[in-house]
Amino acid sequence: MSGTEMQMTGAEIVLQALKDNGVTDIFGYPGGAVLPIYDEIFQQDDIQHILVRHEQGAGHMAEGYARSTGKVGVVLVTSGPGATNVVTALQDALMDSIPLVCLSGQVPTTLIGSDAFQECDTVGITRPCTKHNWLVKDVNELARTIHEAFRIAQSGRPGPVVVDIPKDVQFATGTYTPPSVSPIQSSYQPKKQPDHRRIQEAVELMRTARRPVIYSGGGVVNSGPEASRLLRDLVEITDFPITSTLMGLGAYPASGKNWLGMLGMHGTYEANMAMHDCDVMVCIGARFDDRITGRLNAFAPNSKKIHIDIDPSSINKNVRVDIPVVGDVGLALEEMVMLWRSAAKDLAKNRLDDWWTSVERWRARKSLSYTPSNDVIMPQYAIQRLYELTKDRDTYITTEVGQHQMWAAQFYGFEQPNRWMTSGGLGTMGYGFPAAIGVQVAHPESLVIDIAGDASIQMCIQEMSCAVQYNLPVKIFILNNQYMGMVRQWQQLLHGNRLSNSYTEAMPDFVKLAEAYGGVGIRCDKPQDLDAAITQMIDTKAPVIFDCRVANLANCFPMIPSGKAHNEMLLPDEATDEAVANAIDAKGRQLV
Amino acid sequence: MNAQLQPTGSAYFIAKETQSVESHTLSVLVDNEPGVLARVIGLFSGRGYNIESLTVSETEHEAHLSRITIVTRGTPGVLEQIKAQLERIVPVHRVVDLTVRARMLGQERPIEREVALVKVVGSGETRAETLRLADAFHAKVVDATVDHFIFEITGKSSKIDQFVSVMKPLGLNEICRTGIAAMNRGPQGM
Repeated sequence: MSGTEMQMTGAEIVLQALKDNGVTDIFGYPGGAVLPIYDEIFQQDDIQHILVRHEQGAGHMAEGYARSTGKVGVVLVTSGPGATNVVTALQDALMDSIPLVCLSGQVPTTLIGSDAFQECDTVGITRPCTKHNWLVKDVNELARTIHEAFRIAQSGRPGPVVVDIPKDVQFATGTYTPPSVSPIQSSYQPKKQPDHRRIQEAVELMRTARRPVIYSGGGVVNSGPEASRLLRDLVEITDFPITSTLMGLGAYPASGKNWLGMLGMHGTYEANMAMHDCDVMVCIGARFDDRITGRLNAFAPNSKKIHIDIDPSSINKNVRVDIPVVGDVGLALEEMVMLWRSAAKDLAKNRLDDWWTSVERWRARKSLSYTPSNDVIMPQYAIQRLYELTKDRDTYITTEVGQHQMWAAQFYGFEQPNRWMTSGGLGTMGYGFPAAIGVQVAHPESLVIDIAGDASIQMCIQEMSCAVQYNLPVKIFILNNQYMGMVRQWQQLLHGNRLSNSYTEAMPDFVKLAEAYGGVGIRCDKPQDLDAAITQMIDTKAPVIFDCRVANLANCFPMIPSGKAHNEMLLPDEATDEAVANAIDAKGRQLV
Repeated sequence: MNAQLQPTGSAYFIAKETQSVESHTLSVLVDNEPGVLARVIGLFSGRGYNIESLTVSETEHEAHLSRITIVTRGTPGVLEQIKAQLERIVPVHRVVDLTVRARMLGQERPIEREVALVKVVGSGETRAETLRLADAFHAKVVDATVDHFIFEITGKSSKIDQFVSVMKPLGLNEICRTGIAAMNRGPQGM
């Protein structure tokens, strides 16, 4: 295929544009309005199509694929219900800045607006949950639009985009233009290069710091492996302690000497105390989410703040900062590391000694401790054993949403970026299993584990059928406590222990369920059997559902109760039933 | 409405707003493409911002550019956030806070004008009074019968408000206003 311009049908243009944008795998589900594209997929071998069982699964698979590779995830769905089913995944990708291109079929242009079969206003419905979207009514605009979709999805702050393609446009013949010669929309030119003076100011402020902390986020992971390497350099040469958001885990290794653990609502004591008491905060690729800041007017009250972010709207949105740096995290870190090397030569070696002494004191509080048990598997223990038995392998971890997610973040040590896939912003139960399938498609030889809860896993369990069909040996490790644990924890804290609808009275037999789908089921309920069972799971070359029966009433600590500041954490050894019941006072209850 | 400040028990921290609210006029230069106005309006409703006035029209046909003028209210922090959020929309080229720029130029406000069509129905003695007042406001008669006038009036919103209120007892029947068109004073462009 050569030459710059060729005549093709719309469906052919779609496939050619995907190939020219480097796509090798797409996740989708056929239907009336995308049949011409599926017909083209049938007649080629360059792009592998993964048939999902529900379009939400396709969206999360593409997210897992994107986040574990740094590439754009691609989804193909039909009109109407196909498009509406993928909305959850689009919003999830928008909030966690995951690059997705979603192609949707639409009823023929002549029928748009007539309430035709399987018609919906896809661009209208997806407008607020995408970075941008298009309805392509002219086949000659199709190639350019798809190239733009890829450019916009992966540049600047990444995010999802939708290209809605009516069926008659898929059949029509038009001109294909390759990416290199297609015009771009000039209004969208995200600023990558940070302002040199701002970085100088930032380094100057960091020089004066006596109680500094680095707070990094998912932006470091999104910026690429080089940004994570530079972050590690920066931590090493500054000797600043570093904490990270849920989305940023792995950018700095959990085994690193300066690591404080995750911060925020279920972050460690040392991370939250360091944030509260710091004099200079360096926020790198994070967005001061409400799960991070706690009560805003008590957030790091005596600090000067530096904020590096590629999205100008993230600056001063929740927290006002002193030195904003707008640009790509990697480029900013590169310059910051360079400036620091020359600017910090004359700094006293012992200037941070007092600060590190405080940090050691907080670390000694051992905020992640829990009461071990010989009779039942503690959920924290299960994650610790899973970590010990998988850490030396090529492992990727995904999660659903809830207590198990927080325990995974607290107890699984991430050493590398792109190894941890979780739904942070939207908090989508049902994310983890399809995301794991997407990761496994991108990394067929790796060990991919979805750490799940018994409630979350049932939200996208149908994708077992997909995993079995494509022989994707994804492992689902369910911390089964029969409850929606995080919901129950909040009911205990806020609603007088009235456990309204958070207990699952009819639980499926997960072992039989795995077998029904053609996978392998494993059950374990004794701490002494756990290692052997996990090893069996790892060695199984097929999709596995691991039903890990854990202590039913364990709760997730430490925790910053609602309306409280970072230095008012509820620690596990203080979290008696009475303390939990009284953690939020009457005033707090009214406020939160 | 203080209901906003007292939600039911949840995980969110609601802080009381302490900054004062002010009204600003924003000019937004956008590609004239399908859905662009819906993106702008959706942003305002989705993020809970106010729109007091909104006008939109194509201004440069060859370049397919439209100019949207929005009058909005918010604290300085919210107004800064509105501008940043508007700039995130893909077909948006530029956003200028005309009120901020006017202040930088040492002026109180940018030039803000509105056009209104005002129908007044009546006969007999009131007609002379109607015409006399319309003349005082420099309102032009664009349509009339023995039973009605339609006036075209241009000016600041406050002037139009005033005109409408004096016409009320004289048989005011129908009003159509364009919303505000605005521009900064001086030779410098947007």
